Amino acid sequence: MGFRFTLGLATVLSGLGMSAPAARAEGTVVVYCGVNEAWCRAAAKGFEEKTGIHVDMTRQSAGEIYARLRAEKDNPRGDIWFGGTGDPHLQAADDKVTEPYQSPALGQLRDWAQNQATRSGNRTVGLYLGALGFGYNAKELAEHKITAPACWADLLKPAFKGEVQMADPNASGTAWTMLATIVQLMGEDKAFAYLQALNKNIDQYPSAGAAPAMAVGRGETIVGVTFQHDLIDVAKTYKEVRVVSPCEGTGYEIGSMSVIAGTRHPVEARKFYDWALTPEAQAIAGKNGSFQIPSNVGTPVPPEAPDISKVKLINYDFAKYGSSAERKRLLTRWSTDVKNAR
Amino acid sequence: MPWVIGFWASLVVVPWYGLEAGLSSQSWPAAAEAAWHGRSWLLVLLPPVLLASLAGGLRWPRLMALAGVSGLLLLALEAWLIAGKSQPPLGWGALVYASCALVVAAYGLAWQGWCRGDVFIVAAIGAVCASTLVFVGYPVSCVLISAFRDNAGHLDFGLFAAKITDRSIWGLDCLTGGRNCGVAWNSLALACIVGVLSTLIGLAFALIAARTHFPAKRLLRLMSILPVITPPFVIGMSLILLFGRSGMVTAWLNHWLDIPRSRWIYGMTGLTLAQLLAFTPIAFLVLLGVLQGVSPSMEEASQTLRSGRWRTFTKVTWPLIRPGLANAFLIGFIESLADFGNPVMIGGNFRVLSTAVYFAVVGAAQDQGGAAVLSIVLLAFSLTAFVLQRAWVGRRSYVTVSGKGDSGQPGALPRSLHVVCLGVVLPWIVLTASIYGIILVGGFVKAIGSDNTPTWEYFLTAFAIGHGDHGFFLAGSAWNSLFTTLKVALIAMPLTAGLGILTAYLLSRQRFAGRGVFEFLTMLSFAIPGTVIGISYILAFNTAPIELTGTGLIMVIAFVFRNMPVGIRAGIANLSQVDKSLDEASLTLGARSAATLRRVILPILRPAVVTAMVYAFVRAITSVSAVIFLVSGEYNLATVYIVGRAEFGEYGLAIVYSAVLIVIIVSALLAIQLLVGERRIGRREIAQKRVPTPELAQA
Repeated sequence: MGFRFTLGLATVLSGLGMSAPAARAEGTVVVYCGVNEAWCRAAAKGFEEKTGIHVDMTRQSAGEIYARLRAEKDNPRGDIWFGGTGDPHLQAADDKVTEPYQSPALGQLRDWAQNQATRSGNRTVGLYLGALGFGYNAKELAEHKITAPACWADLLKPAFKGEVQMADPNASGTAWTMLATIVQLMGEDKAFAYLQALNKNIDQYPSAGAAPAMAVGRGETIVGVTFQHDLIDVAKTYKEVRVVSPCEGTGYEIGSMSVIAGTRHPVEARKFYDWALTPEAQAIAGKNGSFQIPSNVGTPVPPEAPDISKVKLINYDFAKYGSSAERKRLLTRWSTDVKNAR
Repeated sequence: MPWVIGFWASLVVVPWYGLEAGLSSQSWPAAAEAAWHGRSWLLVLLPPVLLASLAGGLRWPRLMALAGVSGLLLLALEAWLIAGKSQPPLGWGALVYASCALVVAAYGLAWQGWCRGDVFIVAAIGAVCASTLVFVGYPVSCVLISAFRDNAGHLDFGLFAAKITDRSIWGLDCLTGGRNCGVAWNSLALACIVGVLSTLIGLAFALIAARTHFPAKRLLRLMSILPVITPPFVIGMSLILLFGRSGMVTAWLNHWLDIPRSRWIYGMTGLTLAQLLAFTPIAFLVLLGVLQGVSPSMEEASQTLRSGRWRTFTKVTWPLIRPGLANAFLIGFIESLADFGNPVMIGGNFRVLSTAVYFAVVGAAQDQGGAAVLSIVLLAFSLTAFVLQRAWVGRRSYVTVSGKGDSGQPGALPRSLHVVCLGVVLPWIVLTASIYGIILVGGFVKAIGSDNTPTWEYFLTAFAIGHGDHGFFLAGSAWNSLFTTLKVALIAMPLTAGLGILTAYLLSRQRFAGRGVFEFLTMLSFAIPGTVIGISYILAFNTAPIELTGTGLIMVIAFVFRNMPVGIRAGIANLSQVDKSLDEASLTLGARSAATLRRVILPILRPAVVTAMVYAFVRAITSVSAVIFLVSGEYNLATVYIVGRAEFGEYGLAIVYSAVLIVIIVSALLAIQLLVGERRIGRREIAQKRVPTPELAQA
């Protein structure tokens, strides 16, 4: 019986020892965190020190958090969805898996952050802005004797044949932002002509949005299209990486924050929400290697962040390009006209 | 009779609701809930207990069986139909009630002569079937059902038909000059290649390890085991660092041999290589156990009858290791289908089902129905492989370990085969060594391949030990997740191995209705990508009646049922070599089947136990995709941390953590080896000396 007894004992022990403390009623806030691990931890620690409320933090990508919220909607486990690209936040607002909340700090935020709140009926709010762009590997560029690209149009040069990487917009929100940006810059038909021409230079469409940045860093490709802060991240280790803000103008993501509908800790959740919008909390990002533009006017912009005065931002239509119908239509067209065209 | 008392206690003593809160919860036993809290429907659970008391006293088999079975059915009825989501989640009372009902039913059936009247066997079959249904069948069906729904949740079979015949799944453009074939064909081709090659390379390793005087055998075992314990994306990344366009080997070849730099590593070739590196060791583990089990006297007999070494190998050894080959292939095939980390890392434009499923769920398209459709295709492939595998193994006998003492010596390998094996094994060792060289060095230089300045920075960020007022404390950012991971892995390991071996025993030794279906069901959770399992666990276990999310328990359960199949496969492969007369002798001598299992079967199955435990432990540490949806901040896991860092380009930190994990796992392997010990199959002493058979992890 020894074997069976051990088994039984192990089961019982594991059940007892590991039953959740998640039900701890007060002084806890469960945060689903969609930004860099280091930033997530530092933010959790900062909030704990400030308020004494325990932060139970889990890090996942924005898409994963959105999928999780939908799966958990009958019995929500989380309280706050902190960070991650804005589109899934807007979709979640549409699905009503997040709930409206107007922070007293709303007035201190930059326009784009407030617009994000208005757009969603206050179910989400802008936390930071990350501009799209591309990066190149200076060493590889010199070896191939190509002049540095400065505009979207430069990426069509024959010299870049097989040397450009962007993610697959079907899989990656980053690449979707790029597709929507080009459409808004050029108009749909011209945009697809551009993307078809670009397709000849594309070496591969990986699935993860930040993968082209890493590929540029390691010299696996010369040019990678992705968010500028992802490139800056990589440039910390790989010194040959140069970040370009395209001359025609570029799109951007609004990293957002939402209160999860049916939160178990409404008071703590709102405290966290208010705190996360303060300059003090937003300064944590830059200190932990995340160089987006913070949403509070009072937060000092980290010196490493792209100089927003030199970045030409387009007037990105989040309502139109965040809607499922438009997204599906453009993605289908991209798959047939561009990806499978060759 | 204790089980009937337990049956009563489940209603009267143990709190009925609130598993989440543990035993100390505010919930009351079912009887009290029914009497004072207006939950009178709980009374339907009472009749089975009364019946059981009556039948237990009178030893009335049919009534006893009826009591147990009706208890289970009524519980399911109560939980899902009568009260459903309006009641709090079920707790310990319900768990005890279910277990007791199961055992009561087992008594009833055994008294009627089922399974030769053996209560343990009947109860074990019931328990394994029930838990597999609840923790595999139920959640998986929760996800698959969404294949038939549109985004608003309405049933729509037309949409399903359109989705499952989509060109992106089944297109054959690549054959006619197009750029991409459908993901289904890609996955199928890759899985077949990886399944066959990993089995063959694994066999080469196993032959070298078990049948030759290869000098560095221990090194070989260690090296072959390393890839299994590495988080998958690390292998992909090291391959890129070596063979990518700016990789070290590529640069070297370019410089010295003028071979132009290219990106051949991205796509199917590189993916095959990475998956082989990752999955061959599992094939090796399965085949080593089977090969050691092959009785030398068979081979000796063949040679005495004047067969050459080659003929002996092809006519005796090869047919005898068929179950091992088939199971190794099945594992390789399914692992390849379900692999996520490698395709993401170096798949390039080569899309496979598992990544398509993942990005259908979390990608920009957000299409859970589409993910379910893709999962169905994936499952259809697994099912086909499973059926083919069984057909190939067939109903022949592979028994070579019998009660008779066996005093043969395994013959030497045919010379040509020996050479071929060495030709496979040696380059493989070099490749593995260079990959692990990179991993071990990579965490301690600034940016490997680009800036090779040594640094302790990453290691200290993760594993610093600070010294403050209260003595030493763990200051690094990785300690927390490391300890949680080890704890969960250690709990999951014996459970996984135990359940796996028990299931293997039941499947290969007992005949019962629905065995084939049940066997496939146990493979299900293995074949589905972890992401889908993660989502399915949330869908199934986030609300009443069974609420487990947010607990550490759900992670353990997810690991157990996801990793159990390897234990089962290894167990079945091994058991098919063991003569049933051994069990029968033990039973004839009066031992009951539980004792037989423990004292006869388990010692013979030691290699399978080792495989199952190693795999369970390692997988609990390295697999990430399923549990990433189940972790809460309290239970942060190592791989979640690693992936979180790697996603943002902090490869130094990710690599250093992987290296630490590898060191820990290797020590754990040694410990498992010591704990389980070696199998002794009455082989002649001299044979033991000539052909030492130390287990895999002695190295």
